[in-house]
Amino acid sequence: MLFSMLSEAWHSMGANRLRTFLTMLGMVIGVGAVVLMMAIGEGAQQSIKRSIDSMGTNLIVILSGFSSTQGSRSSSGNSSALSIGDANAIKDLEDIEMIAPISTGNAQVIFGGNNWNTSIIGTTPSYFLIRKWYTEKGEIFSDDDIRSASRVALIGKTVAENLFAEVDPVGQTIRVQKNPFTVVGLLENKGQSFDGRDQDDVIIVPISTAQRKLLGNQIPGSVRMIMAQTKSEKYMGLVEDTITDLLRQRHNIREDLDNDFSVRNLTAMAKTASETTKTMSILLGAIASISLLVGGIGIMNIMLVSVTERTREIGIRMAIGAREQDILLQFLLEACVISIVGCVIGVVLGLGGALIVKKIVGAEIIISIQSIVLAFSVAASVGVFFGYYPASKAAKLNPIDALRYQ
Amino acid sequence: MMAQPVIKIKGLYKDYQTTAGSFPVLKNINLAIDEGEYVAIMGPSGSGKSTFMNILGCLDRPTTGSYFLDSHDVNQLDNNELATLRNKTIGFVFQGFNLLARSSLVDNVALPLVYARDQKDLRIKVAKKILERMGLGQYFKSRPNQISGGEQQRVAIARALVNQPKIILADEPTGNLDSKTSDEIMKIFDELNQIGNTIILVTHENDIADHASRQIRFLDGKILEDHKTKKSKVTK
Ligand SMILES: Nc1ncnc2c1ncn2[C@@H]1O[C@H](COP(=O)(O)OP(=O)(O)O)[C@@H](O)[C@H]1O
Ligand SMILES: [Mg+2]
Repeated sequence: MLFSMLSEAWHSMGANRLRTFLTMLGMVIGVGAVVLMMAIGEGAQQSIKRSIDSMGTNLIVILSGFSSTQGSRSSSGNSSALSIGDANAIKDLEDIEMIAPISTGNAQVIFGGNNWNTSIIGTTPSYFLIRKWYTEKGEIFSDDDIRSASRVALIGKTVAENLFAEVDPVGQTIRVQKNPFTVVGLLENKGQSFDGRDQDDVIIVPISTAQRKLLGNQIPGSVRMIMAQTKSEKYMGLVEDTITDLLRQRHNIREDLDNDFSVRNLTAMAKTASETTKTMSILLGAIASISLLVGGIGIMNIMLVSVTERTREIGIRMAIGAREQDILLQFLLEACVISIVGCVIGVVLGLGGALIVKKIVGAEIIISIQSIVLAFSVAASVGVFFGYYPASKAAKLNPIDALRYQ
Repeated sequence: MMAQPVIKIKGLYKDYQTTAGSFPVLKNINLAIDEGEYVAIMGPSGSGKSTFMNILGCLDRPTTGSYFLDSHDVNQLDNNELATLRNKTIGFVFQGFNLLARSSLVDNVALPLVYARDQKDLRIKVAKKILERMGLGQYFKSRPNQISGGEQQRVAIARALVNQPKIILADEPTGNLDSKTSDEIMKIFDELNQIGNTIILVTHENDIADHASRQIRFLDGKILEDHKTKKSKVTK
C-alpha cells in the first residue's frame, strides 16, 4: 500500500517536471546551506577547541609593556618592565600552581646546508608542564641546564621538517646565530594557536642561555612575559587582580599612572573566542534554516495549487472508495517525497560545497553525521508540516463537489 | 416471499443551498429496488436524476429522509464507512468516464482494489482479467487518451466491477457515445444483469431504457411514473 502510494507520488511529481524541480530547488538550497554552514561552523569550533586544548588550562599571561587597551603608549618590544624576580614573586602567590618566565625572539637556525628562520622561546622546564607539551623524541631540558645556561634546544615539528627532513634531529648540533646548540628533544605536534600561528615553528632553549647568547640586546634578568597557571579556574579573575596589585607594588607605579605590563586571562579569552565561534555557527545555521523554511513554504504553495488542479482526480478517487486518510496520505507523501529528494540532493551539494570551501579557503570543515541526520529530519518534518494543510484540504473535499469541479 | 430490497428509500428530500436560498431538487422520493433488478431512470434535464444517482451512490447525502443500502442505514454512517460502501458495494459508471488520465488502464481498473487494501499482485491479476473480459486485453499499459470513448467507458465499467459490487450505478453511460458503441456498452450491462448484478442507469433514450426491466420517470424532482416493462431476467 505505502509502496504503491510512494510510486504514485513519484509519478505525479514526474507529471510536471519543471514545477517539481523548482519546488525541490527550494529544499535543495535550504538543506545544502544548512549542511554547509554546519560543516563550516563545526569546523571552526573544532579548530578553536583544539587550539585551546593545546594552549594549556587556567592560564594567565603577563606581558611587559603598556596594555594597548589603556592608551596610545604601546610597549616597546624590549621593555624591561618584567623580571625574573617578578616571576618568582608571582610564583609565591597562594593560588598559583606554576609559572614560566619567557623571553622571545627570532633567529636563523642552520643545520648542514639547511637554514630556517624561526622564533626562539627561552623559558624554564615548567613551561612544558603548563602547556602540556611533551617530546616525541628525546628529553626536556632540566633546571640544571637553566643554571648552567647550557646550549641545548628543543625543536618543534615544523623546524625539524625544514632543517632535518629524514635525519633524526635528537643529538644533532644546530647553529643558532653562530652558537652551536645540541638538540636534546623533538617536541610533539601542537598545531595552530587560536590566533592562527604555527606553534610548531619554534625552538625552545633555557631562558638563561637565550638571554646570554641569543637575545643579547635585552637587559639581563628581564623577561618578555610570564606565563602563570592557577590552581583552579574559579578564582582566575581574583588572581589577575592580585598579580596586578603585586606588580604595581613591585614596579613602584604611582596611583595615577598606568601599568607598565598587562595581565591577560588566556583561559577567559579562549572561552570568549570559543563562545563567539559557537554563536557565529549557530547564527550561520539559523540563517541557513530560514532558507529551509522558505523551501517549505514553496512546497506548501505548490501543493495547494496541485490540490486545486487535481480536485477532479480527488473526486474520482473518493467515488471509487478512497477514504479521507487515503487522500491525506497521498498528498502528504508527495510533499515528503519532494522535500526528501530535495534534501538528498541538498546534502550532496552541501557536502560538495564544504569540500570546495576546504580546498579554496583552507578552512577546517567537519561533516558530522548528526548534521546530515538533522537536515533529513528537518526536511521530512518540513514536508509533513507544510504538506499537511494542503493534504487535509484535499482530504476534506466533499466527493460530489470534487467530481463536479471544472 | 419478497427478498429484502437492496435499496430502500423513504421520504427522501434533497435541497441545494444557493445564494438565492435553498431550493428543493428531490421531493419526497419513495422507492425500493430489489437485488437483480435492471432499472432505467428517465426524465427531462434538470429533473434531479443525477442528484438522485449521487445519493444512491453515497457520493452525496439526502437532506432528509431515509436511505437503506444493502441493509445499512446510510444516514448513520460516517464518511469512512460511506467510502467503504462506495468501494465494495457500489460500482459507479459516469457519463464522462472519469478515468485517471495519467494512469495506465490496468492501474485505473485496479484502483478500487488499492483502496480495498488488496495485495498488489492480486490487484493487477484481477484488473487484467476484467479488462480482458471487456475485450481490452491489448491495452493494459495504454493511457485513457490513447483509446476511443467506447473503450474508455468499458474501462470505467471494468473499474466499477473490479470489487464485485452488488449494485452498478450508471449516470448516462452512453451519453457521450455514438449509437453503435452505445449498443456494445448496453450489451455489457445486459450480461451483467443476467449474471445477477443490480443495475440502475440513467438515460434519455427510449431504446436504451428498453434494455431495463423497470422504468422510473422523474419530473421536477418527483417520481412521475414507475413501472415494470417485462419480467426481470433474474429472479431471486
Ligand atoms: N451542486 C448543486 N448546487 C445547486 N444546484 C444544483 C447542484 N447540482 C444540481 N443542481 C440543480 O439541481 C437540479 C437537478 O440537477 P440534476 O440532478 O443534475 O438533473 P438531471 O441529472 O436530471 O439533469 C438542476 O436544476 C440543477 O441546476
Ligand atoms: Mg444528469
